[in-house]
Amino acid sequence: MSKVIKEEKIIKEFNTVGKNVEKYDGLPLATGQPLFTDDIFLPNMLYAKIMTSPYPHAEIVEIDESEALKIPGVRIILSYKNTPRIAHTTAGQGYPEPSPYDHFMFDKKVRFIGDRVCAVGGDSIEIVEEAISKIKVTYKELPFVLDPEEAIKGDVIIHSEDDISGVYDKNRNIISHVEIPIGDVENELKESFYKIEEEIYFTQPVQHTPIETHIAITYFDEYGNLIVRSSTQVPFHIRRILSKILEFPMKKIRVIKPRIGGGFGVKQELLIEDICSLMTIRTKRPVRMELTRKEEFISSRLRHPSKIWIRIGADKDGKLNVIDLKVLLNNGGYGTHGPTVLFNSGSKTLPLYNKVKAVRFIGDAVYTNLPVSGAFRGYGATNGYFALESAMDDLANLMGIDPIELRKINHISEGETSPIFEKLGEGKEGITQYIESSALSKCIEIGKNEIEWEKWRGKRVRNGNLVRGVGMAIMMQGSGIPLVDMAGARAKLNDDGTLHLFIGATDIGTGSDTILAQILSEEVGIPYEDIKVYSSDTDFTPFDTGAYASSTTYISGGAVKRAGNEIKRKIISYASKLMNENPENLIIKERSVVNIITGEKISLKEIGERSFYDFEQEQIEASASFVSPKSPPPFAAHFVLIDLDLETGKIIPIKYVAVNDIGVIIHPNLTKGQAIGSIVQGLGFALTEELIYSKKGVMLNPSFLDYKLLTSVDIPEINVKFIETYDPTGPFGAKSVAEININGPAPAIRNAVLDAVGIKLNSLPMTPEKVFKAILNSGIKI
Amino acid sequence: MIINFILNGEEVNYDAYPGETLFELLRRYHHYEVKGNNCKTGECGACTVLIDDKPIPSCTLLVGKVIGKRVTTIKGIGDIDNPDLIQKSFVEEGAIQCGYCIPGIIISVEGLLRKNPNPTKDDIKEALSSHICRCTGYVQQIEAVEKAIQKIKEGK
Repeated sequence: MSKVIKEEKIIKEFNTVGKNVEKYDGLPLATGQPLFTDDIFLPNMLYAKIMTSPYPHAEIVEIDESEALKIPGVRIILSYKNTPRIAHTTAGQGYPEPSPYDHFMFDKKVRFIGDRVCAVGGDSIEIVEEAISKIKVTYKELPFVLDPEEAIKGDVIIHSEDDISGVYDKNRNIISHVEIPIGDVENELKESFYKIEEEIYFTQPVQHTPIETHIAITYFDEYGNLIVRSSTQVPFHIRRILSKILEFPMKKIRVIKPRIGGGFGVKQELLIEDICSLMTIRTKRPVRMELTRKEEFISSRLRHPSKIWIRIGADKDGKLNVIDLKVLLNNGGYGTHGPTVLFNSGSKTLPLYNKVKAVRFIGDAVYTNLPVSGAFRGYGATNGYFALESAMDDLANLMGIDPIELRKINHISEGETSPIFEKLGEGKEGITQYIESSALSKCIEIGKNEIEWEKWRGKRVRNGNLVRGVGMAIMMQGSGIPLVDMAGARAKLNDDGTLHLFIGATDIGTGSDTILAQILSEEVGIPYEDIKVYSSDTDFTPFDTGAYASSTTYISGGAVKRAGNEIKRKIISYASKLMNENPENLIIKERSVVNIITGEKISLKEIGERSFYDFEQEQIEASASFVSPKSPPPFAAHFVLIDLDLETGKIIPIKYVAVNDIGVIIHPNLTKGQAIGSIVQGLGFALTEELIYSKKGVMLNPSFLDYKLLTSVDIPEINVKFIETYDPTGPFGAKSVAEININGPAPAIRNAVLDAVGIKLNSLPMTPEKVFKAILNSGIKI
Repeated sequence: MIINFILNGEEVNYDAYPGETLFELLRRYHHYEVKGNNCKTGECGACTVLIDDKPIPSCTLLVGKVIGKRVTTIKGIGDIDNPDLIQKSFVEEGAIQCGYCIPGIIISVEGLLRKNPNPTKDDIKEALSSHICRCTGYVQQIEAVEKAIQKIKEGK
């Protein structure tokens, strides 16, 4: 307990951290400033578009561009015939990437409907579209496979190229395979009194749907440098991959990320920048490409559809003995993010129940001839939690105990570890870590009261055709990738006493520019308003791996805190010479360096001015980096109250409660927004969102009319609460919040349906049609 | 074809192409405050502007339809030096994440309040339902609108 009290003291001492300072880009965004990639005008710009494959699997026999090239204004056509063939992954990950090198800028083969065939650049988008309609491509259709269980039979081989690497088994279309047994799984299952065996869960393909689709504008500056202005989550990875596949010096590439209109993982990927860049290099003209909404659906990235098997065994008293989890991911035509999403479906879920005697994770990420899956908020954990947290409720039902009690007996707590941390990392082995902060038990208790669990649970209250049910799920995530994610930060003092902060960190709408400025403000002791932030420019800001893996607050924040500490030391050291005082007696307060003994002070403005012009002249500045051996997990407990309409099968969420332990909160409003945004995306994943394919692999609903996102009228009352803990490894005790809350809605709602009508819905999304059929099949009297 | 309309209180004469939408015209004349161009069917709502007092996605509107009308973009609501209460509320309540959908949403809120200065929560939800915001989950946006209405009533 003493530790908790001490932590509360630390939390209370903050000046800027924990305050709702004005979002750095809030007013510019609210007033429609030209902040986004497309909001500039460049003369002489070309428009580019990709011609995509109409077949799920085919060889390109011939591309005849002759008619297209006759159209006035067509300037360039790129295809396999005139582009470098360099195997790479489109995944923007730390180098060397865990994803296989199985992608080429253009190939002689197409592997899904929506795959690249060629690309056209011309004076207007209309000219380009006309040109694409005139390009004659002769295909040799190949047998195709859409189902990963069929794909691993190897009758159809999707990647047989000799010059690709990193694929586990090309002959069986297996991108990545993992098999981690800890303890004797079969024996523990045999010995267990209660068992859930061979339950199978299905998750569907869904898309991130950032409202700004992928867009890039490339051009040469006055010095012949290639400028890549792109809506990306990973500017430094984009620069690295571009340099490699364009065979263009990295020194001459500058990637700039302006404001971006949403990411959620889909922009952790090189999807269009290579084509724009090569067109600019070849034509010397600016080039712009923006995916249409349809192209965003079919040709960018999705969440992996998955099939998940789970077996759980427990003692008579509810203590879990064993979890056996098997995951099959449908990666589509390319292997981007396959190994890591696969590993994360186990590594982010299984440690939650760490007291088991045996645990096994078996997984495969598999090629098929469907559109490609990649990174999506939650990153495999979302799939894994649907199975794990559903199975936990089935086990509680079997035992006849409250599912909350079952979780309380078994979940991981502060000071504990799990062997999974060591065995499962990012497509390879992981790193042992102990939980240094967790308020999960408290989150569960508070959420239970808030949802009025006892009032609703098991009561099946009827109101006409509506039956009420309540369900819950618990979850954890991580904060960055240990010993992989690295961030740099630089701060400099100006002659008006303000600071400039330079960070590679990529604000994708999350508010990271804001919270990183807060961290600098807190550390140095200057007002937030006195900090100007420059971020995500590969020429002018230090390196940062980018916005993914819930890493920015923790990793980039760690770098900013260190840079702040260093510049504070330098400012005080400089002031100590000016004031002829021991640095130990000086602090920064109220825009000044203050002598705590005499009260004498000297303003930061004066320090800035004199450092520039007349006393021991130097630029007072500091640079720092941060990389962590840990990835402290945030925790959450989610509860949902639903009405199930027995006549229509519609599930109506009434109230949603999410209680989070994300460490110390840097900005309450932005934090709340991350949580609610995740929950609503998670509700869509649970209830309505699904991309549907024909038997020939055609995506049938690539539009906002037919792909059902929740809107403002569809959302329940959402109540988000935070229990602050202090993680000793995070900046001011912070962990992360970006992803965790997307994991809860699917299992919590599924468990609420189980409570309401006793039906197990193990296939997402839980549409009225599916629910209604399940009710009919169950023989429940309406 | 030269077309004439009132844009944010000023008369403009813009040279429109045949078949051009209002969105395309505005962007071509560098009105970058109008965001969004990827659905082209009015499904996402990001490019919404007021035509007279009615919120309409500008990507669905042929330019001929706005001749002689009042067109209001977010710039006509308030700018960075002089934002209006709705814009300020959105910033204060954490209703903005990436911000791409925000100009269109604020336009729809303005349209709602011009029609009905005392909307219920359901009215607000209804007004926002023609927009897709993938970041926020709408809750803080609804709260921001309620707060703005409160402030307007208090004359702040």
